[in-house]
Amino acid sequence: MLDVHAPFESRVTQALADDHLRTALDRATTRLAERRDLAVAAVDNPALRHEVRAIRQFAITHLPDMLQQLETNLIANGCQVHWARNAAEANDIVRDIARRHGVRRVVKSKSMLTEEIGLNEALETDGIEVVETDLGEYIIQLAHEPPSHILAPVIHKRAEDISDLFQRELGMPPTTDPGVMCATARQELRRKFLQADMGISGGNFAIAETGTICIITNEGNGRMVTSMPRVHVAVVGIEKVVPRVEDAFLLWQATTRNATGQAVSVYFAMCSGPRRPDHADGPQEMHVVLLDNGRSRIIDRGYPDVLLCIRCGACVDVCPVYREIGGHAYGATAYSGPIGAVLTPLLADDPTSVCELPFASSLCGACGEVCPAEIDLPRILLDLRSDMVNAGTSSVLERVAFTSYATGMQKPWRYRALVVVARWATKLLPRNGSGGLTKLLPPLNAWMRTRVFPRFARRSFRRLWRKRSSGRGIEPSR
Amino acid sequence: MAADNSKSARPRVALFVTCMVDSLYPDVGIATADLLEQHGAEVIFPEGQTCCGQPAFNAGFRRDASKVARHFLDVFWPLVRDGGIDAIVAPSGSCVAMVKHSYDILFADDEDDAYQHKAQEVSRVTYELTQYLVDVLRVDSTGASCTAKLAYHPCCHLLRDLRVDEQPRRLLSHVEGARVVDLPSAEECCGFGGLFAVKNAGISTAMGRRKAHHLSACGAELVAVNDVSCMTQLNGVLLREGHRCRAVHIATVLRKSEAPQGEEPHA
Ligand code: SF4
Repeated sequence: MLDVHAPFESRVTQALADDHLRTALDRATTRLAERRDLAVAAVDNPALRHEVRAIRQFAITHLPDMLQQLETNLIANGCQVHWARNAAEANDIVRDIARRHGVRRVVKSKSMLTEEIGLNEALETDGIEVVETDLGEYIIQLAHEPPSHILAPVIHKRAEDISDLFQRELGMPPTTDPGVMCATARQELRRKFLQADMGISGGNFAIAETGTICIITNEGNGRMVTSMPRVHVAVVGIEKVVPRVEDAFLLWQATTRNATGQAVSVYFAMCSGPRRPDHADGPQEMHVVLLDNGRSRIIDRGYPDVLLCIRCGACVDVCPVYREIGGHAYGATAYSGPIGAVLTPLLADDPTSVCELPFASSLCGACGEVCPAEIDLPRILLDLRSDMVNAGTSSVLERVAFTSYATGMQKPWRYRALVVVARWATKLLPRNGSGGLTKLLPPLNAWMRTRVFPRFARRSFRRLWRKRSSGRGIEPSR
Repeated sequence: MAADNSKSARPRVALFVTCMVDSLYPDVGIATADLLEQHGAEVIFPEGQTCCGQPAFNAGFRRDASKVARHFLDVFWPLVRDGGIDAIVAPSGSCVAMVKHSYDILFADDEDDAYQHKAQEVSRVTYELTQYLVDVLRVDSTGASCTAKLAYHPCCHLLRDLRVDEQPRRLLSHVEGARVVDLPSAEECCGFGGLFAVKNAGISTAMGRRKAHHLSACGAELVAVNDVSCMTQLNGVLLREGHRCRAVHIATVLRKSEAPQGEEPHA
């Protein structure tokens, strides 16, 4: 795996040099995108997108009311509700619950939010064993790697890589048979489920009117995490709230169609409080940690639309940039691809600390076209770029280049002079390869290292046009 | 074919040739003018024009972009206001998308909304070349011929921003003698992206190589595109990597007379 803590450029270089990685990404993203296309073609997708957007937008514009209603109903269901402003507070709350219950072993279902706040590491410092039970998450936990895709965390690995890992860590006999590999993991995980004192989940949706936390899974592990151990803690971002049960069902469908191409997922756990006397099973206590961690600040920063995201991963799968570099190139962050490129800086205390991410896009627009919440991701990327430039993150060379560009382009004569200079300058360039004089101009050098640069035309269009017009006895228009 | 060629009914079109066509690929501009004239339009070329401002806008330099955009409007808006022209046509999807969609963003925060207003008026009559040929001039076939194995790569802004796709495909399918081949993953970006091409040169090149690979796989000899920026990226990679296929601007394919040549960077 590439070094996620290296600078951006080095991460990208490492990713681009890794042929295995790019083969794995290509196969997986193509397959996911194809499945998605089929699944959304089976419904009235434009209508579905409008509805999803309307539901999410309502929730975000009425966030305080929604959250109050959610809290009231969670408490009425017997849940204990905790509010956390940031990662440290959330981690402390969960550690505290674990301490009070003498928890030694934790099982977790997949949650990007707990990746975002580093909850596993926090619990591990208290000597607690934390086991991820989603197969993909389990694999990267064994490999000590962060997820490389919000939905398919292990998308960067080929079956061969996973087999090697299982042989080494779990003593599995050599095979790439998916059945055998799954059975090996399942056997391990069964034991962990039975031993666990606490289950930690995220939450795809939090239904305000009923006080219910919903979890989408395909492996059934979410249901076990939330019902087998004595204590269940759900860590949920405040933006996940939805008004009504119907809304959650609609978003469920939208999520799975766009995520994996399924009409619905295999499992959909709806947790509305701890076990009651008439229940056959369930946890003795259910805690819900409602976490902000920069979300309300995203609204203040003028990007409320980013909070409409339902984390389906569709934008990631169609992203041609992600397809070349994978999730780890986006850094030691939980989120990658187009949503990562906007969410990571917006969640950061200082967005300019990851200023390179919004620029790492060709603005092709594929992400905005698929997003089930109609988030205009290309527009947000553009706005963030402008924010970064205003915050002074651009290089001196860039600033000089664009100032000269603007000055030149405002007067046709200046523009013509610039073109003449450029024509002469590029005549001195080597035809193939970079180096030599191009070194003086880093952008040109960057182009020429891998691509041929065209020559400026001997006569510009406007000169050809004048000739053409005078040939016909027409005065060139002004 | 234009229905009516009579002098009075000829639509007057202001050609926005774009800075890249003007300085690097003038022949594409001539082909554009030829096409418009062949199909019944009267073409004028406002000489004050330079660039639309897109390079700076996409790079986040909005103040610089807005200066250039103002200049664009200073050149074209009076023509629109005075009724001197019926349309502005450019041989580029991305420059037209800039004028039609991004000017709105650019001038949204202006204290005086004069430029926003001008931008809206101008945007209404601005078209990409094939869009104008098919939607307004009602052209079905340009009467061009070409014997090459021809692929079409839809440029991102044209496809997703302007939603123009059927028009260029229809015109290409009616080019006499052309064998139009299906380009796999056609809608995937070529990797140009303006500043992205140099700021993230590694990723940009990888994307270009993927496109080149698909072009080779389908056996295309020429790939028609509606933007010379994408054409530059494609030829940059195709030439360097020794592929036979060349990218050409769609105007040079659709123009009647001569067969289109691979758009070799000028020697
Ligand atoms: S931004 Fe849209 S497409 Fe991307 S993960 Fe979120 S909801 Fe899905």
